[in-house]
Amino acid sequence: MNAPRDTMRKPELVCPAGSLRALTLAVDAGADAVYLGLKDATNARNFAGLNFDLAQMRRGIDYAHARGRKVLMALNTYADARDPARWWRAVDTAAELGADALICADVAVLGYAHRTHPQLRLHLSVQASATTYEAIEFHRERYAIQRAVLPRVLTLSQVAHLARHTRAEVEVFGFGSLCVMVEGRCALSSYATGQSPNTAGVCSPPSAVRWEETGDGVQARLNGVLIDHYAPDEPRGYPTLCKGRFHVEGQRDYALEEPTSLNTLAILPQLFDIGVAAIKIEGRQRSPAYVEQVTRVWRAAIDDCAAKRERFSVQPQWVAALGRWSEGQQHTLGAYDRPWR
Amino acid sequence: MTQGPTTMDQANAPAARTRISIGPLLYYWPRRTVIEFYARIAESPADTVTLGEIVCSRRHELKRDDWVALARDLAACGKEVVLGTQALLESEADLREMRALTAQDEFLVEAGDSSALRTLAGQRFVLGPHVNVYSRPALEEYAALGAVRWVPPVELDLGAIACIDPADERVRGGPAGDVPIEPEIFAFGRLPLAFSARCFTARHYRLKKDECGFRCIEHPDGLRLDTGEGEAFLTLNGIQTQSAALHCLITQRDAVLDAGIGRIRLSPCASHFDTVVERFDAVYNGGADPHDALEALRELPLPGELVDGFARRAPGLQEIDT
Repeated sequence: MNAPRDTMRKPELVCPAGSLRALTLAVDAGADAVYLGLKDATNARNFAGLNFDLAQMRRGIDYAHARGRKVLMALNTYADARDPARWWRAVDTAAELGADALICADVAVLGYAHRTHPQLRLHLSVQASATTYEAIEFHRERYAIQRAVLPRVLTLSQVAHLARHTRAEVEVFGFGSLCVMVEGRCALSSYATGQSPNTAGVCSPPSAVRWEETGDGVQARLNGVLIDHYAPDEPRGYPTLCKGRFHVEGQRDYALEEPTSLNTLAILPQLFDIGVAAIKIEGRQRSPAYVEQVTRVWRAAIDDCAAKRERFSVQPQWVAALGRWSEGQQHTLGAYDRPWR
Repeated sequence: MTQGPTTMDQANAPAARTRISIGPLLYYWPRRTVIEFYARIAESPADTVTLGEIVCSRRHELKRDDWVALARDLAACGKEVVLGTQALLESEADLREMRALTAQDEFLVEAGDSSALRTLAGQRFVLGPHVNVYSRPALEEYAALGAVRWVPPVELDLGAIACIDPADERVRGGPAGDVPIEPEIFAFGRLPLAFSARCFTARHYRLKKDECGFRCIEHPDGLRLDTGEGEAFLTLNGIQTQSAALHCLITQRDAVLDAGIGRIRLSPCASHFDTVVERFDAVYNGGADPHDALEALRELPLPGELVDGFARRAPGLQEIDT
């Protein structure tokens, strides 16, 4: 296979849009594409007050297309056993409204989209957990996916190896909240709350969160399970299940993952070298201000890297700007350089 | 469906045997322990045994050839043997190992991920619990590849399974599209809930993954993780995260059978597993009282509490309602 890859091409900057406001700000700040979802369980950020109804989606697509940008629709949960047709209707909606691509994980949804709307471009969602080129080729051969979003668990050399062996375009996460588990294969939230990313498009849902003041700080609970206890002077984070502090053999620690953010600015030239087609910013659940500022930094960085690849260096003002929006105020290259390996 | 004169006979006929399936060993045990464990399984009422290392490619007490030799021994004892592929593949070495399993045709293979599906297309195979099937159309997609059996994701409830693959209208798979696909439900054991590139056992010991010292071997039922209040919550098992409680569908027998499910998967634990297998067989195939069996299981020193929330479309950690 070993498809030649255009390593001179600038990767597309793909930014999150949880609302019409975030979409317009992302487009104005230089996103090449925005991704969004409908207001229901058909996408993996199914939170109250987030996402698009039909009228908003129409306006969003018009806004982006008028400026030569793309709109990708996330339809990346798994069709429900009791009502799969709702996912088909969402596919039809995307096609009717003129979305530039669908981001899907479920073979049922991919199969429907591929057969019913063969002209519609398909991207394989990170929720499909395709960690190898065999897995990506499986979806490409059967459903003609044109791009795969890679799980946040691969090292840079694994990404490069994978990219050399698939004919699909490769999209990687550049910035945002870090999932330590393989996406699409995590039922931790389901175990504690009955709702999971695969089934309901949510993880550690706000409806299950309770904050309780105690004599010595604040407890964060998820459906009654104590996820963390913050001392009065400690910064509080959202109690995402895998980022809690637990006891293992008498030792209290972030046993799974500390609250950190992924930031791959430092390896941008290597991502160019690998020939990744797109870099994705996480955070449809974040504020429009986050989307605008993070997009602006990444636009500058990608343009800078394209202009002077050999002399590219991360600018201090970028780091400062992104630092304000990082979970836990800490940056990491995540799995890409895998310090724990 | 046949209607009419045969209905009466069917009603009086003994119910079909519920097949007992032993899931893959998810922990890292010393070689001798593994061999002795499967020697006891050979004598047990189990019908099917799934073998192989599906969690971590670094574990090496048994290599592929050892698993195949074990598979032949169990097959000689009358067990149906399935070989499982690793659930999280990352390296080219992982892919080679997976291809070696899918290329053999002596034993049925359980697909751990979609990489394996690509190489299994056109053969008979089992869909493992880490391949996401949440609807009938999804199962039909995999049926078209040749799937003949299906282990639903652990979070899928009985109603959903019945809706996807009901007994009277099974999805048809196999290479010729004529084999009714049987669901096999995860019915006992700590629930495999998540996978990560990161090894949490190594992290706990402040070791690097590639220099982990194989500390998993010290924890035959995994390493328990408690909440700040001392409640058992999860289990660290290398790159896999499991529940601390044991999922147990012994009192759900009638609901399992009503959902058209004729195969139950029991996931190995380090002690008293033989008793677990016998109790499940007695309840599902011998007419034993499910609640008596539950009490008997609760008296065993099992590694955790017994829960069954997922079967009831509830949070997985919910205890069994008695």
